[in-house]
Amino acid sequence: MATALIHVPASAKRGEIIQIKALISHVMEPGYRRTSLGAVIPRDILRRFVCTYNGEEIFRAEMYPAIAANPYFAFNTIASDSGTFEFTWSGDNGFSKRETVAIKVE
Amino acid sequence: MNRLAGLLLALAIPAVAGQIPLSERRSGYELMRQDTRNLQDDDTANPGMLWVAEGKDLWSAKPDSASRACADCHGDASVSMKGVAARYPVFSASAGRPIDLEQRINACRTRQQHASPFAFESRELLALTAYIARQSRGMPIDVGSDPRLEPFLAAGREEFERRRGQLNLACTQCHDDNWGKHLGGSVIPQGHPTGYPIYRLEWQGVGSLQRRLRGCISGVRSEPYAYGAPELVNLELFLMWRARGMPLETPAVRP
Repeated sequence: MATALIHVPASAKRGEIIQIKALISHVMEPGYRRTSLGAVIPRDILRRFVCTYNGEEIFRAEMYPAIAANPYFAFNTIASDSGTFEFTWSGDNGFSKRETVAIKVE
Repeated sequence: MNRLAGLLLALAIPAVAGQIPLSERRSGYELMRQDTRNLQDDDTANPGMLWVAEGKDLWSAKPDSASRACADCHGDASVSMKGVAARYPVFSASAGRPIDLEQRINACRTRQQHASPFAFESRELLALTAYIARQSRGMPIDVGSDPRLEPFLAAGREEFERRRGQLNLACTQCHDDNWGKHLGGSVIPQGHPTGYPIYRLEWQGVGSLQRRLRGCISGVRSEPYAYGAPELVNLELFLMWRARGMPLETPAVRP
């Protein structure tokens, strides 16, 4: 199973701009490379990354073969309420990974 | 005729090592661009931390055939493994020669855990090595003071200074005499193994010092030694001794 490292501040003040970082292990095999015997190495990439905050989508990225291995996203949002960030990655070969992180907003 | 003999004599002289004074040693980190440095410095962005996280899981996982995980004997790695990676390769009495950290992990696996050894460069071995070495980050490298290592240190130095391959180059010619200059688009580092296993952008993943050495050896068009070969461990030993006192950076990021 892929490893994901997510950084969200444990707590924040209401209205504060916070940075969220998400790193995941994935080969991101582009599908253009060949083995030494000439066989095409099948494409195996992540296609989509979505982050929701208490159910509302706040960030989404589409990924393509030119993205390097182990994709890393960093983005900002405004801390509005206590609750949960949900991160989902989906991709080729039925890849799916979901992580949740809680935040306390005062 | 005399001139020809003189020329042949000159060609036969081994590459002379212009050793870098201790105070002028630079980690490859200092030769990197700022954005690559930032990637290494931020644990939440450093992709090597993915391997460290996997290594942490392996540390407390029992191999199938064994009743004990690493943690069952060694406890908290942040205490028991602190400083360990800074001392490797060490002399192993049972092997009768130096072994590196990967070999130590595999020796522990086969002897204490009664499990099969991890393959060199396997994800598991790199992850466990990265996790253990991470516990020594910032600590000075302290390798080579054991007198039993002397002949192996000398052999490692000989490997470093001997010309090899179709390009007829010795490690020392680039990494002692021409560091800081460019080879193609890349800056030549001094070649201090301060951050292994490293996340190399070119590899798109984490790799060992032996992988790096094999890459360099085939780069001068020489036949690389097999993983685990005594020659590679001698070279690792010499390089770590050459970097003595420099802080460990594992998991380092390199271009």
